[in-house]
Amino acid sequence: MLSPWPAIRSTLQHLSSVVWLLIHTVEEMGDRVARGRFPFRLGIFFEQTDRTGVGSIPLVSLVSFFIGLTMALLTGYQLQTFGQERLVPALVGIAFTRELGPLMTGIMVAARIGAAYTAELGTMVVSEEVEAIEAMGIGPLRFLVSPRVLAVFLLLPCLVVVSDVTAMSGAALISRWAFDIPFRGFFDIALENVLFRDIIAGTVKSFLFGLIIGLVSCYKGLSVRGGAAGVGDATTSSVVTAITTVIGFDTLCNIVLVAIFDK
Amino acid sequence: MSDATTPLVEMRDLHLAFGEKEILSGVNLLVPPQSRLVVLGQSGSGKSTLLRLILGILQPTSGSVTFKGLDIARMNRRRLNRVRQKIGMVYQYSALISSLSVRDNLALPLEELTRKSRAEIDQLVDEKLTLVGMADARDKMPGELSGGMRKRIGLARGIIMDPELILYDEPSAGLDPVISSVINELIISLSEKIGATSIIVTHEMESAFKIATHMAMLFKGTILAADTPENFKASTDPVIAQFITGDTQGPILESDTTK
Repeated sequence: MLSPWPAIRSTLQHLSSVVWLLIHTVEEMGDRVARGRFPFRLGIFFEQTDRTGVGSIPLVSLVSFFIGLTMALLTGYQLQTFGQERLVPALVGIAFTRELGPLMTGIMVAARIGAAYTAELGTMVVSEEVEAIEAMGIGPLRFLVSPRVLAVFLLLPCLVVVSDVTAMSGAALISRWAFDIPFRGFFDIALENVLFRDIIAGTVKSFLFGLIIGLVSCYKGLSVRGGAAGVGDATTSSVVTAITTVIGFDTLCNIVLVAIFDK
Repeated sequence: MSDATTPLVEMRDLHLAFGEKEILSGVNLLVPPQSRLVVLGQSGSGKSTLLRLILGILQPTSGSVTFKGLDIARMNRRRLNRVRQKIGMVYQYSALISSLSVRDNLALPLEELTRKSRAEIDQLVDEKLTLVGMADARDKMPGELSGGMRKRIGLARGIIMDPELILYDEPSAGLDPVISSVINELIISLSEKIGATSIIVTHEMESAFKIATHMAMLFKGTILAADTPENFKASTDPVIAQFITGDTQGPILESDTTK
């Protein structure tokens, strides 16, 4: 029988490495601030925020629009059987604000930006660029990792708002056509039913997922070994790990948030 | 404190192993100030590893590497980064940051580690680019440069902070004989002009004898000999003699096949 221990050990090793990456990055940033300098180059930070945020808007909007639309259509037809199709706005509103917005955006950003970060840093490792930065006495973590992690950490919540709005728009559009719910009425019902705790849950998850994606993708990129094939393997592994971890932490967050708010 | 006689770099009983594989097994080496030490050795013998140990990028399994009497392996990160600013590294494949222009590559350490103004930085960049004969490449991206040009830019970046020690990893490998000679002359003139000590890792004998004021041979994880180039040329040691002549018969290949 296969023993689960090697897999558990390896997972724990990776987890501790990611935590150390965060600690060392914060430490390098702190050293820099203590010397009265800005912790990273603002140019790199804005480049990454543009790429992570603005660059992801078309994908996030389109996918969220279609999911919102499909969700409203399928649930609406089921609820119509019981004459309850007016529950659709509340259902889509709560589902996206609390769960699907952060989760779907997290998955999309992990695939789009996480892969790019890993491939970029991995290539820099292979061509000795990261080592050269370290050899010059410039902290590579604050220089390369901090602007990337911060960009995805700060921009993911913004993308979640985009996701929520476009999903609601898709749902409102199909509800108007299929269930005769006017646009204005749709948004009024949705806003009446979305509670403050749903917004808090969605926001906490968004920041957490952003941090996870940033750290996992940079960690995978910096630990690349073995040339072009290594970069390819690390990129695949980065996307798989980031998506799995996001879903895992989503479940954990739901358990904790239900325990806090719904009991 | 270091003076003209105390070695700038000293390696004492240096061991390094990756898992079961032992790379260095007791290296002892002194690098006198203002010398140009060429470290010879077969591919994969651990020559480049020595440079990474001096920079503190790798940690020895045991033994010590000191720079101006300070133990590299025992330094905290902040102190190590300060020491690294006094050491310039020239990589085999240049390791220029591909997303930055030549000017930005050279300016990077100055912008990140000093408080010099943009004008001062630009002046220094131009000065170093002129020194390596690459003033025209200032606004080019690394991808637009040939191997020899990249190597010269890498050299200019290595000396941008006016280091006391310059480490060269295979500086003339893969270059044509003319560019190779240009690089060799640059290494000599730079060490004379800025008075820096140089450690050059190579297995190209012609370049080695042109550049070296001191030589060391790394074989089977230890320093087989450390001497002047003249004594190396006259050496009767079968390993050194075979390495210098490039003979296929001798102890080097025999030791490879009996591994």
